[in-house]
Amino acid sequence: MNSAKTLIAEGRVWMFAEDNLNTDLMMPQTVFAKPLEIQLRSVFATYRPGWVDEVRPGDVIIGGRNFGTGSSRPASLLLKRLGVSALVAETINGLFYRNCVNYALPALECAGIRDFAREGDEIRVNFVTGRIENLARNDAIEVAPMPEFLRAIIQAGGIRERLKAEGYL
Amino acid sequence: MGMTMAEKILARHSGNSSVRPGDIVVCEVDKIIQIDLVFSASAEMPKRIADPSKVAIILDHAIPAPTIGDAEGQRIAREFARRFGIEKFFDVGRHGICHQVILENGLALPGQILTCTDSHTCASGAFNCVARGMGPLEMLQIMCTGKTWYQVVPTVRFDLSGKKPSNVFGKDIFLHMAGLAGSLEGRNIEFGGPGVTELSLDDRATLATMSAELSAEFTTFPADERVVEHLRSVTDEPFEPAESDRDAEYSAVYEIDLSRMRPYVARPDFIPHNTLPVAELNERVPIDQAFVGSCANGKLEDLRIAAQIVRGRTIAPGVRFIVTPASQRVLKEAVRRGYVETLLDAGAVVTNSTCGACYGGHMGVLGPNEVCITSSTRNFKGRMGNPSARIYMGSSATVAASAIAGHITDPTPFIGDRS
Repeated sequence: MNSAKTLIAEGRVWMFAEDNLNTDLMMPQTVFAKPLEIQLRSVFATYRPGWVDEVRPGDVIIGGRNFGTGSSRPASLLLKRLGVSALVAETINGLFYRNCVNYALPALECAGIRDFAREGDEIRVNFVTGRIENLARNDAIEVAPMPEFLRAIIQAGGIRERLKAEGYL
Repeated sequence: MGMTMAEKILARHSGNSSVRPGDIVVCEVDKIIQIDLVFSASAEMPKRIADPSKVAIILDHAIPAPTIGDAEGQRIAREFARRFGIEKFFDVGRHGICHQVILENGLALPGQILTCTDSHTCASGAFNCVARGMGPLEMLQIMCTGKTWYQVVPTVRFDLSGKKPSNVFGKDIFLHMAGLAGSLEGRNIEFGGPGVTELSLDDRATLATMSAELSAEFTTFPADERVVEHLRSVTDEPFEPAESDRDAEYSAVYEIDLSRMRPYVARPDFIPHNTLPVAELNERVPIDQAFVGSCANGKLEDLRIAAQIVRGRTIAPGVRFIVTPASQRVLKEAVRRGYVETLLDAGAVVTNSTCGACYGGHMGVLGPNEVCITSSTRNFKGRMGNPSARIYMGSSATVAASAIAGHITDPTPFIGDRS
């Protein structure tokens, strides 16, 4: 794993700033048993049709309050597979946050992030220091960094890589 | 500084004398509950697991299997149970929605930590257990290593007093709370106060289960005599309840006088700050489907009140009234007590126990533009079927009364002095 790179994300912003965006919108129940390619097509398919064709590797999602509320379905894995490099939201649902850590998608809570960037802005998020820079507007804010214990799981590539390394899988 | 119930349980399980909000702790997990959905041909299987006696497998979401894929997953679950010697295996026939089966069989005990992939795992907080939903991969990790991490978060306390009126149920109290406090992501919920002992175990389980809809981390009730008495009748396993300290710190405290509660309803799409007393729902909302079921409200008390309300009456033309018991045990007891026959006489459908219609899986999925009143867990757009369907939520009494009326209505006149 390229650990330094994993913990500093830099990319285009996608605004998903509405409060309480739920996991059903990111991974509907109808795709649970389907192959990964079909699951990836379903991400925000009813909420924002066509987004999966526009998102590029490295892009950053900015979310509103309680981002990812809902069920334990591994929606954060789909975001990661689509190339999303980081999530920064006003607040993140607890279960969703766990799944971000588990599938190695770095995530931060940042009050005021919705007003800090606009869609398409280039931002840089440093998960070690908690510094978030808007490169398009030459602006920066700092929040509590991602706890070291959780960063270590992300640096290991997520839970699956860790379990493999420890001989459980 | 004192600790809340959840803080005490996390401290004990992580070998700390105390924990505070902000701490991250690694805890031994006492109970690991796996449901049917985690078993599939593509799911990864571990080479070894930490302790099979801590694992239970409960088939609930799609049983008996409605599709070939589900049937295959359940075959894999049976193989898994055999291979790793999982004795607590609740196969078709002993089945039920996992949270109900957990409470019925004493799998969640006071002072313990329990994990399961289902997001309503907080249900076990009704028995003073720290329980939450986890992703399937994290569950795999816990099965393998026996441990996981928790971040300690601030706790919001709900102090209950008084006794609820006969037209009010756990769901109404919850919907009132949701209107009062709104979303509580990043916080625990703790119930306390003299009103707790006035609530049935079913009502407490409804409140704990529904806390998932406020996005709370853990929800805990104190283990009072009623909890301990029930658990002692179903398990010999020792347990140590966690009480909150008098000087425990809360980020907010809400006082709820149960005697002033009224039947409540949630409007479609989400619950926090989206609820109101049924009597204040000014528009007339005709319904296509009424659903009583789920881990939150497919309990014996729900089937009892539904049967009481429809007894001698007929479901409104054009309305489907679907009742799904929370477990095989609930269904059997409801048959024995005559509730099922009463419901069938009125024109209801009583199904096998399963998560079924609640998650839009099977046996009651909604079509385009349909309107449903449900006592199940979640009213997200698309949750129970087509995304254009509108899902209102109320108590099982409100659902049953609405099924008779043909539109959403306050159940109070239907309950009257019937018993």
